[in-house]
Amino acid sequence: MTDVQAEPLAAPGQVNAKIFPFPLNAWYVAAWDHEVTSKKPLARTVAGQPMALYRTADGRPVALADACWHRLAPLSMGKLVGRDGIQCPYHGLQYNSAGRCTKMPAQETVNPSALVTSYPVEQRYRYVWVWPGDPLLADPASIPDMHQMDSPEWAGDGLTIEAPCNYQLVLDNLMDLTHEEFVHHSSIGQEELSESDFTTRREADGSVTVTRWIRDVTPPPFWLKNIRDRFPGFEGRVDRWQIIHYYAPSTICIDVGVAPTGTGAPEGDRSQGVNGYVMNTITPETERSSHYFWAFMRNYRLDSQLITTQLREGVHGVFGEDEAMLAAQQRAIDANPGKEFYSLNIDAGGMWVRRILDEMLRAEGRA
Amino acid sequence: MSAPALPGAVGPAGATTTAVRPARVVEARDVADGVRRVVLEHAPGRPAEPGAHLQLVVHVDGPGGRRREVRSYSVVDASPDGTRSAISVLLTPTSRGGGRYVHSLSAGDDVECSAPLQGFPLRLGAGRYHLVAGGIGITALVAMARHLAARGADVVLDHVVRTRSRAAYADDLAALLGDRYRLHVDDEHGAFDVGALLDEVAAADGDGEGAVPGGAEAYVCGPIRLMDAVRRGWEARGLPASTLRFETFGSSGWYAPQPFTACIPEIGLRTTVGPDTTLLEALQRAGADLMYDCRKGECGLCRIDVASVRGVLDHRDVFLSRRQQEAGTSMCVCVSRVAALPAAQGGDGQPAELVLRLP
Ligand code: FES
Ligand code: FES
Ligand SMILES: [Fe+2]
Repeated sequence: MTDVQAEPLAAPGQVNAKIFPFPLNAWYVAAWDHEVTSKKPLARTVAGQPMALYRTADGRPVALADACWHRLAPLSMGKLVGRDGIQCPYHGLQYNSAGRCTKMPAQETVNPSALVTSYPVEQRYRYVWVWPGDPLLADPASIPDMHQMDSPEWAGDGLTIEAPCNYQLVLDNLMDLTHEEFVHHSSIGQEELSESDFTTRREADGSVTVTRWIRDVTPPPFWLKNIRDRFPGFEGRVDRWQIIHYYAPSTICIDVGVAPTGTGAPEGDRSQGVNGYVMNTITPETERSSHYFWAFMRNYRLDSQLITTQLREGVHGVFGEDEAMLAAQQRAIDANPGKEFYSLNIDAGGMWVRRILDEMLRAEGRA
Repeated sequence: MSAPALPGAVGPAGATTTAVRPARVVEARDVADGVRRVVLEHAPGRPAEPGAHLQLVVHVDGPGGRRREVRSYSVVDASPDGTRSAISVLLTPTSRGGGRYVHSLSAGDDVECSAPLQGFPLRLGAGRYHLVAGGIGITALVAMARHLAARGADVVLDHVVRTRSRAAYADDLAALLGDRYRLHVDDEHGAFDVGALLDEVAAADGDGEGAVPGGAEAYVCGPIRLMDAVRRGWEARGLPASTLRFETFGSSGWYAPQPFTACIPEIGLRTTVGPDTTLLEALQRAGADLMYDCRKGECGLCRIDVASVRGVLDHRDVFLSRRQQEAGTSMCVCVSRVAALPAAQGGDGQPAELVLRLP
């Protein structure tokens, strides 16, 4: 007889929600670093909160609520003033980077309660990250690891997709790559994907890993091109891997590659193959729209701008297929309000994501 | 120090734009000499944020009988489900009637109040917070102190009172903040040293750029003398104006409220402003149709030109600059008053009189 007391299973909460709410106490990418300038503000909505993004004269990125204290005109239509300020386009109130009003035209004083929210901001991994929730909880150490984005050992580039769907649908899409066989059959899809076994685990650091090895297969067109970039004239069969790393709330870095079968890649020796990292970070904009920032990084032929551009354009084409599917899925969800989601074995990764997001929402008292 | 600020400075109930709703008193007890804590139970809503106040309908005895008026009181604490809000009110001899009303309340009484309103928002993310309360001004800062302490923010609260028995919430705050709660009792320690406090703020502000992350911010609520001393010292030390925040309520002045006569000759208006009404209320009641909004001396909408004055203008607003206040050619009638010149300054004992000019 054991003495273990069974914990009652947690209430299902909203793990199966079709429109998933987004945590607010989290870092989200608001923009690529080059999009935020000290020339003019950028308007972007993050987690339902319209923001005006700009840089101070000394280059520090700033995110202010995009509605003036006075009559709510969007500050993003205004101009940058002084060392770190912005001027409302309507009646000229000025704010500093902390969001405090510093000037009210036509009077000699400033109303002591005039301010707009100034969001915590960090610049890292070629992105500008913002924290829409409680600023006192904003710890830059919790920005997910995307070091491949600006490490000298990796090269590559990416783009932004404005996905017309709930952010969780994008996460679902990336946590299960069996869809490649059906959505991406001309580039990266292959039948063996859905036949090969995979493991899903929640790691001690809270991240989730989905690992899939597809052994001894003919490389699909995308991967044949990549391995030939490194080993010109390559012919033969490969072992292919997809190792998906999820970091809450919405960053997914996928370790992908192929190596000639029999050269020891599954055992850890990738030296005869090619390795890429698909960097994805998804920022909910509204409940039904997302900013999807992605990049494809590689660790071979680092100095070839040609390969960087070819990969960016190639992946852009592949992701266009996802975008079309996600948009169609969101439309179908909205057109079928009475129907539920059901889960399959392949959803294990996505279901861990949902559980973790649900935990974050509960911690915010929003479940 | 002069009389503690008495939060509560708005006009007749009909003048308010905020909807009131029924509420019930579920707790009423004294938490310091002359300070009554009243917990109101009302329909659920967003719980008050730090710095929020609510408007309470008070019943005041006046010349025309019993009147319904509205007073603003800081929310000291609120239940997370937004069904209970606590206020705490000081009774002073110069109370305009709101204090007497609140002190008459006991558990079970029906009242009317608004949802919480934000006029003194707390900006999160500063490196250091200095909260400075004079007397009953502590009621505007208790919720801020709790909010900041719960998040591990660097916060120091200075609470200045005349006598120890008047220090509402002193025990709670000492338990919450430890030695970061500093109680200054004038009767025991002598006058509070504003300069020393501001030197400390300037040192905490580091690079003198309080506007940037890591800088210091101050939130002050108390009598006008304290706020003015802080403001002058702040400017003198070159601290950024944008990081000094104060809750005004406009109900504390340089002079004790006293009756005076107000006239607007061009519309034949002449009225007496009692110590327990505002100039704006008196003018409105006497038939003037004036513009106003905040009724706490911030927006400047109620500013009117002063043609002449017998006595001294008691500016209680924060809209006019010091230069404009000293010029004495206009005033914000929602909070500012007139006082007879004290005999020591050459006053002849005549009651004060104010002549205003419409634009
Ligand atoms: S709306 Fe911004 S200054 Fe008026
Ligand atoms: S009404 Fe706003 S200053 Fe008087
Ligand atoms: Fe895909």
